Amino acid sequence: MIAAFFDSIPAMIVLTGVLVGASAALLGSFLVLRGAAMLTDAISHAIVFGVIVVWLLTRQTAGPVQVLGAAAAGVLTVALSELLARSRLVKMDAAIGLVFPALFSAGVLLISLHARDVHIDADTVLLGEIGFVWLDTVSLFGLRVPVAVATLGVVLAVNLGFALALWKELKLATFDPGLAAALGFFPGALHYAVLALTSVTAVAAFDAVGAVLFIAFAIAPPATAYLLTQRLWLMVTLAVALSAAACVAGYALAWRWNVSIGGMMASMTGVWFALALLFAPRQGLVAQALRSRGRRLDNDCRVLLAHLSTHQGAPEMPEENTLRALVDHLGWSEPRARAAILRAHDRALVERRDGLLTLRKKGVAEVESLLGRGAAAGL
Amino acid sequence: MTALGDLLGSHVVRTVLTGAALLGALSGMLGAFAVLRRQSLLGDALSHAALPGVCLGFLIAGGRDLGAILAGAFFTGALAALAMMLIVRRTTLKTDAALGIVLSVFFAVGVVMLTHVQAQGGAASAGLGSFLFGQAAAILQSDLWIMGGVGLAALLLTLAFWKEFKLVSFDADFARAQGLPVLALEAALTVMVALAIVVGLQLAGVVLMVALLIAPAAAARQWTGGLGAMVALSAAIGATSGAAGALVSAATRGLATGPVVVLIATAAVVFSLLLAPGRGVIWRARAARRARARIGDGRILTALQGFADAHRDAGYRSEQGMLEAALGVPPPAGRLAALARRGLIRPVAHPPETTPHWELTEAGRAEAAAVSGEDATAREAPR
Repeated sequence: MIAAFFDSIPAMIVLTGVLVGASAALLGSFLVLRGAAMLTDAISHAIVFGVIVVWLLTRQTAGPVQVLGAAAAGVLTVALSELLARSRLVKMDAAIGLVFPALFSAGVLLISLHARDVHIDADTVLLGEIGFVWLDTVSLFGLRVPVAVATLGVVLAVNLGFALALWKELKLATFDPGLAAALGFFPGALHYAVLALTSVTAVAAFDAVGAVLFIAFAIAPPATAYLLTQRLWLMVTLAVALSAAACVAGYALAWRWNVSIGGMMASMTGVWFALALLFAPRQGLVAQALRSRGRRLDNDCRVLLAHLSTHQGAPEMPEENTLRALVDHLGWSEPRARAAILRAHDRALVERRDGLLTLRKKGVAEVESLLGRGAAAGL
Repeated sequence: MTALGDLLGSHVVRTVLTGAALLGALSGMLGAFAVLRRQSLLGDALSHAALPGVCLGFLIAGGRDLGAILAGAFFTGALAALAMMLIVRRTTLKTDAALGIVLSVFFAVGVVMLTHVQAQGGAASAGLGSFLFGQAAAILQSDLWIMGGVGLAALLLTLAFWKEFKLVSFDADFARAQGLPVLALEAALTVMVALAIVVGLQLAGVVLMVALLIAPAAAARQWTGGLGAMVALSAAIGATSGAAGALVSAATRGLATGPVVVLIATAAVVFSLLLAPGRGVIWRARAARRARARIGDGRILTALQGFADAHRDAGYRSEQGMLEAALGVPPPAGRLAALARRGLIRPVAHPPETTPHWELTEAGRAEAAAVSGEDATAREAPR
């Protein structure tokens, strides 16, 4: 049965996607929290340069030398950008935008000059070929496993081991680098370790999803999880799960519509994010709109109570303590006035007595707590 | 040389060169504002986000119609900018995460649409791939009119709102206090950057467009501190890189234009970072060396003056070892020789000792007084 699983092409494609998504989301969580998400962009572009240079030097398209060598280009980009920014000749954002396109361009040109006949050409550099990962297999424990799956499996294990072993340190360095440094941990070194692992992951994922789609897996699921929870372990777990779910859903849709598999998987991470942006329980736009509506209503309710208490028992009461007065004197629209009265009524603050709005006991207490004891003394 | 002449003589190549130079100038000009407002990476996000728009324009027009493609790219670019703003303003996610999400997700949707178009389009869709890395050779003569129009509009707008754009770029708070519509002006600048990206896609492609925005501006910034000069220089560097890149790409069969243009522009940046007077790395290293020499000379002179004062003998002949003791290091022979050449100190003999001795000249005494005066004021008011 296991052999059948590894022989099934769709299963291998989805598994590759899930492995890419899980590894990327795991590390991406820390980068998103640190505010360094755009470094993923720089790294994943720059490794193109690393991939082709290592290929030109060693003629290897897979294996640890290739992965580590190409990953060095990613770390180099970050280091160069920081060096450039520290010279204060250009700002950090411009430094990032100068270094990675240069390395990426050099990589693309080297590919078009020297490597036309190999499996890497300029378009797969951007998009990857997740649909063909099953072509290249290696024999493991008597099973024919795609090379990409084996490599990504090792990368995921390393990333997971790193995150679990240094969980406390990562947490501290991510949220309070100053304290981490003061306590003798090395937040800078940890940050670079995360970036180095991100580079390694990007290289391992390169054949499958290319340079740009990797960014979607590294940033969008962690950002989605960030909107849903405030606990780090839950955020990381959710990010990994969302990433994996995007791969499954993306494959199904891509197969149905006959479009790019990698592109559809990455698009699905965007769909998750859009859903979270709209419907997240606390930070979602809908929840925010409801909250601000509730607050506005509460405020209207308070104004209503103050208005009623001013005129209650006074000669002008028949004119003032009505819906009409709220519309004519306070300038409220009629639905707004009705909603405020309904709210006050529901909360047992006012009642209708002889056709006039009258404060109830609880309403009087509320006015006193709002305006002070003297304000409602006349009642 | 004749090959180059033939190349330049060809009508197609002239069109491509004009277009490339025009696009380079446009992105150089507007990129200057993006860099100054620290929005370099917004350009990256917007250019990636243009890909679904390119496909959308292609689908709607049913072919490679530049107007429709540009309109589509501009539409999705604007959508991306709005999404960015929504995420940054309404959630606690930081700008970089918002940029990353918009960039990668829009691009992914673009890839999906691209494969969809290619699956059904056949030969007609072949030109779409050139928007990924740029293919200046695909620029048609009719395209030049659109590019020229957009460029002219951007130029006129920049000139008309020069003062306002300048203020918003450097001190948005002050601009707000002056009653300027800062939000509208910033939106106008962002829209113009988006326009530059959209028309520049043919030259550099969605992936590398960001470099065409940033590199000319970053290079120009090193040579001048004035906005006008910077924008003009940036446009010139952009135009040169664009034209040179198009030429190289046309001369060598099949090389995508984008990477070539980007590498040329990057070379301009490296050259500027190293050599620009006043800011360049080499210039600053030389200035630092000169400052170190000046301070070292001052210490030698004041040490000699100190010995003279201590011995109440203006013509006191100090032994070189005494100088070493006072400075903590042996005085560099080159500096002593230089001071002697300037006539501030002179070597003297002090028999029966055989070691070298030095004495301040009249000019040297005046210089030493000036140096210690300078030091005294520096001590009172530390910078």
